[in-house]
Amino acid sequence: MSRLWRASPLTYGALIAAAVLSVFPIYWMFVVASRSSDAMGQLPPPVTPGGNLGANISRLFANADAYFLTGLINSAIVATTVTVSVVFFSSLAGFAFAKLRFRGSNALLMVIIATMMVPTQLGIIPLYMLMTKLNLNDRLPAVIMPALVTGFGVFMMRQYAGQAVSNELIEAARVDGCGTARIYWNVVLPALRPAAAVLGLLTFMTTWNDFLWPYAVLNDPENPTVQLSLRALSDGYYQDMSQVFTGTAIATLPLLLVFVLFGRQIIGGIMEGAVKA
Amino acid sequence: MALQLDARPPATPGPRDTRLRRAGRLSRIDAKYSPYLYIAPFFLVFAVFGAWPLAYTLWVSLHDWDLLGSNPTFIGADNYTQLLADSDFWHSVVNTLGIFVISTVPQLLLALWLANMLNRQLRFRTGWRMAVLVPNVTSTAAVAIVFGVLFGREFGMINWLLDLVSVDPIGWKSNRFASWVAISAMVDWRWTGYNALIFLAAMQAIPRDLYEAAAIDGANRARQFWTITVPLLKPTIIFCVIISTIGGLQLFTEPRLFHSGTNPIRGGTLRESQTVTMYMFENAFAPYYNFGYGSAVAWLLFALIAIVAAINVLIIRRLGAGAKPDTGRKGGSR
Repeated sequence: MSRLWRASPLTYGALIAAAVLSVFPIYWMFVVASRSSDAMGQLPPPVTPGGNLGANISRLFANADAYFLTGLINSAIVATTVTVSVVFFSSLAGFAFAKLRFRGSNALLMVIIATMMVPTQLGIIPLYMLMTKLNLNDRLPAVIMPALVTGFGVFMMRQYAGQAVSNELIEAARVDGCGTARIYWNVVLPALRPAAAVLGLLTFMTTWNDFLWPYAVLNDPENPTVQLSLRALSDGYYQDMSQVFTGTAIATLPLLLVFVLFGRQIIGGIMEGAVKA
Repeated sequence: MALQLDARPPATPGPRDTRLRRAGRLSRIDAKYSPYLYIAPFFLVFAVFGAWPLAYTLWVSLHDWDLLGSNPTFIGADNYTQLLADSDFWHSVVNTLGIFVISTVPQLLLALWLANMLNRQLRFRTGWRMAVLVPNVTSTAAVAIVFGVLFGREFGMINWLLDLVSVDPIGWKSNRFASWVAISAMVDWRWTGYNALIFLAAMQAIPRDLYEAAAIDGANRARQFWTITVPLLKPTIIFCVIISTIGGLQLFTEPRLFHSGTNPIRGGTLRESQTVTMYMFENAFAPYYNFGYGSAVAWLLFALIAIVAAINVLIIRRLGAGAKPDTGRKGGSR
C-alpha cells in the first residue's frame, strides 16, 4: 500500500478532466435554475449563475400542475420509512446469519445473494394488480411496502457483523442471561452503527431516486413523489425550463447534501462491499 | 471484558432452581428458533413483492388479461406468438441492445482506466473519489431532464460545442443512433465513477510485490496493467458486467425522461430510443392496460437478460484465459 506509483502531471490532468465532466451537469442545473426562463434560448449557453433563483422557486411551488411540495413531502416520508425499515431488518437478519447457528443458514444466505441478481422490476404488472386488490393504488404504502428490506442490505450487514462483533462479546452477554433479542439490541446494533449508517445513506438515496414503480402505481397527479413531480414538469404542455431545472435542483439537493457530509463513509461502504462481493 | 464477566460468582442453586430451569428451556428455544424469526422479514417481503409477482407474470402472460381482470381467458402462447411478430417489440429489443453495447463497453474500459489513475499516490485522494462518484448520487430523473436539454437540437450545449468545430447540428432525439449515443452518455456519466471505485477496491487488494517482480523482469507499466492488473481483476470485472447487464437491459428512467412532449413513453416519435422496459410499460399501463401482453414482454426481457449475461460471462472468461494463465487467482478473488 505504501509504495504506490507517484501520480504524474498527466494523471492529474486526466483526473481534473474527469472531475469537471462529472460535476458540470450538476453545476449547470443550478445555473439554469438561477436564470430567467429565456436563458434556454441563448447561444452561447449561459454558464454562470443568475439572480432569479428565488423567483423560480416561488413559481415552482405555485405551479398548480406539479404538486412539487407534496412530492417533496411524499418522497421524504417514503425514503425515511424505507431507510429505517431496511436498516433495522437487514441488521437483524445480518446478525442472525453472522452470529447465530441454525440449520440451513448457508443455503438461505445463498438464496439471499441470488435474489440480488433477480430483475424484480419485471414483476411490476402483478405487483400493480396486487396493490389494486389491496386498494393501495395511488397511495404511499404501495411504494413503501415492496422496499422494506433488501437482499443487498442483509448481505452487507452480515459481512460487517462477521468482523465487527466478537463472539466473546456475544458469549458474555449470553452468560449474563441475555436472549438473542437483547443481544441484538444492546450488543450487536451499537457495534453495527458505522455499517448501518452507510446502508441507511445508500438506501435513502436509492429510494429517493426510485422512478419506475412509483410511476406505475401512483397515477394520481395530486399525490406524486418528487421524481414524478419532475416528470410532470418536464412533460408539461409549455416548458418553462428554468422552472423545471429549479425542480431538478431541489430534488437533487438533499442527495448532494448527504453526499457532501458523508461522502467518505459512502465511498468506504461501496469499496468495502466490492472487495467482498 | 469477557474475563471480567467470567469472574463473577456463579449463581447460587436453591429455591430459584425451577425458575432457572424454565429460563434455561426458554433460552434454548430462543437460540434454536429466533434466527428464523430474524431472517423471516426479508423472505416474506421478497416472496410477496419480488418472487411471486415475477412468477405470476408468467401466468398472466398466458392470458388475455385487461385492467379489470374480471374474466381473463387462457390463450396459451398467443401473446408470445403475437409478440414475436410485433415489429415494435423487436425495434425496442434492438434499441436496448444498441444502447447497452454503446454504453457498457466504453464505461467499463473508462472505469478501469480511471481506477488505475486513482490507484496512485495522489493529493486530495478522497476529493477525487468524491468527484467521480458524485454523478451516481444525483437523481436519475433530474439528470435525464438536464441531459435532454444539453442534447437539444436548437439550443443544446452539445450541438453548440460541435458547431464551434464546424460540425452540423445533430438531431439527438430524432436520429435513432444519435439518441442511443446521448442516452449512453447519460448512463456512462452516472456509472463510470461507481465502477471505477469498485475496480479500485479490487486493485488495492493486489499485492505490490507482483508488480515489483514484473518490473524487475522488464515489463513496463502498460504491460503490467494488462498482464497483472486486468487478469487479477477478472472476478470483479465479471461482477460489474453482470450488474451492468441486469441494470442496462432494464433501462427505463433515462430514455423515458430524455424525451418529453406527446407520448414520451414511446421514446421519440418513431420509437427512436424506446427500450424493452418502456415497451412493457406502454402496453401494460396507461392507456392500454393490456396486462397479458405486457407480461409476455416482461418474460421475454427476462430471457434476454439471462442470455446476454451468460454470453458476457463466457466472453470475459475466454478473454482472461487468453491473456494469462490463472496464476495468483487467490489474490484477486479476495
